[in-house]
Amino acid sequence: MKKTIPLLIVILGGLIWVAWAFSPHYVLQEVFYNQFYLPWVYAMSSFAMLLGVLSLSMMHSAKIKRKAPKWQYSYFFFASFVITCLAGFIGGTQKGGLFMWMFENVQMPMSATMFSLLAFYMASAAYKAFRARSPEATVLLIAAIVVMLAQVPLGVQISRHLPTFSQWILDVPNLASKRGIMLGVGLGSVATSLKILLGIERSYLGGGD
Amino acid sequence: MSFELFSNLVGAFFTLCIFSFLYKDNPFYQAAEQMLVGISLGYGLVYTYERVFVPYVYQTIAIKHQFVLIIPALLGMLYLLRFSRKLGWLSRYPIAFSMMGVGMGVPMGIHAAILVQMRQAMVPIETLNLFLIFIGTIAVLLYFFFSKAHTGVYGKFVNVGKWYMMIGFGASFGLTVMARISLLIGRIQFLVNDVFQMIIK
Repeated sequence: MKKTIPLLIVILGGLIWVAWAFSPHYVLQEVFYNQFYLPWVYAMSSFAMLLGVLSLSMMHSAKIKRKAPKWQYSYFFFASFVITCLAGFIGGTQKGGLFMWMFENVQMPMSATMFSLLAFYMASAAYKAFRARSPEATVLLIAAIVVMLAQVPLGVQISRHLPTFSQWILDVPNLASKRGIMLGVGLGSVATSLKILLGIERSYLGGGD
Repeated sequence: MSFELFSNLVGAFFTLCIFSFLYKDNPFYQAAEQMLVGISLGYGLVYTYERVFVPYVYQTIAIKHQFVLIIPALLGMLYLLRFSRKLGWLSRYPIAFSMMGVGMGVPMGIHAAILVQMRQAMVPIETLNLFLIFIGTIAVLLYFFFSKAHTGVYGKFVNVGKWYMMIGFGASFGLTVMARISLLIGRIQFLVNDVFQMIIK
């Protein structure tokens, strides 16, 4: 009951999915997929979001309760979360309302800035990691510099052949390496899916009985 | 002060709060970071309610009277029992239901990540570039094949794969850095054009 039935759901359901991928039969494509699986998954998925909300809220309340380091900032989390929810649920999500205003003027600038910060950290990490200490690191460094320079006007001023060379790097050696890696990843993911389907891999069920 | 300028000033304030981390970790950054998480979570919750819960749960059950969907709704609620020590095992049911999709992953994964890639790799070698791509793909694949020692002529060939990967990683790194730089330029343009110039005017 605790582990066997969930395991059977995965195995039997998984086998139906395998059949779905191979057979265009009405029962599989329409009854199973459109009438059963999709509505059921949509109905369940909204509660998964609630699980995330609950998990994060519990983590922050525990932090406040234990007065863990930087616990004061958890109030900012709760305040912004509650205000956003109230703005969305009461005021609505249409443009011009508080909800969208907060998204456009608080959330969006902060997330864009957060990602742009990575430019500095990547540059400093690259400096530490790529100092041409070995021939391989030198090749990596050259490829990165060529690709970066080819995207700015300075690159064309250095050499008008630079964009062509950059495109060749992307189209030939980069493609070959990505394809090799992609094939490896594909084989790995198929093997993992098979392990789950056959009940060998069960870690997704969690620990305990 | 116009409403547009006020909105831009709010955006600029939070942009600077995040940028302040470049100097060192500080209360402004910490507060802004937590607010970003809180607003993103609230945004996700509101949209999930509006775009998923209302049309696929509430309307289908209450308005269209498809009462069978009460079962997946109850199953979904079992997710929340994850935190219970006694009843935590019940959350395995909705997880198992969503894990069924791995069955589709087997044939689809073989098709998309293996067969299509192999078909593209096995074109007639008519140009030098196609030859280089073919050799590179084989060498990269063999680099991850550890059942045979990477020694001798085989080891030298496998080493070619490492060089290919270094070029590939370099190209990916360059593209990622440029994407981040363009975001940075966007933020600086926002501060200069939309905030400072509006203040000066």
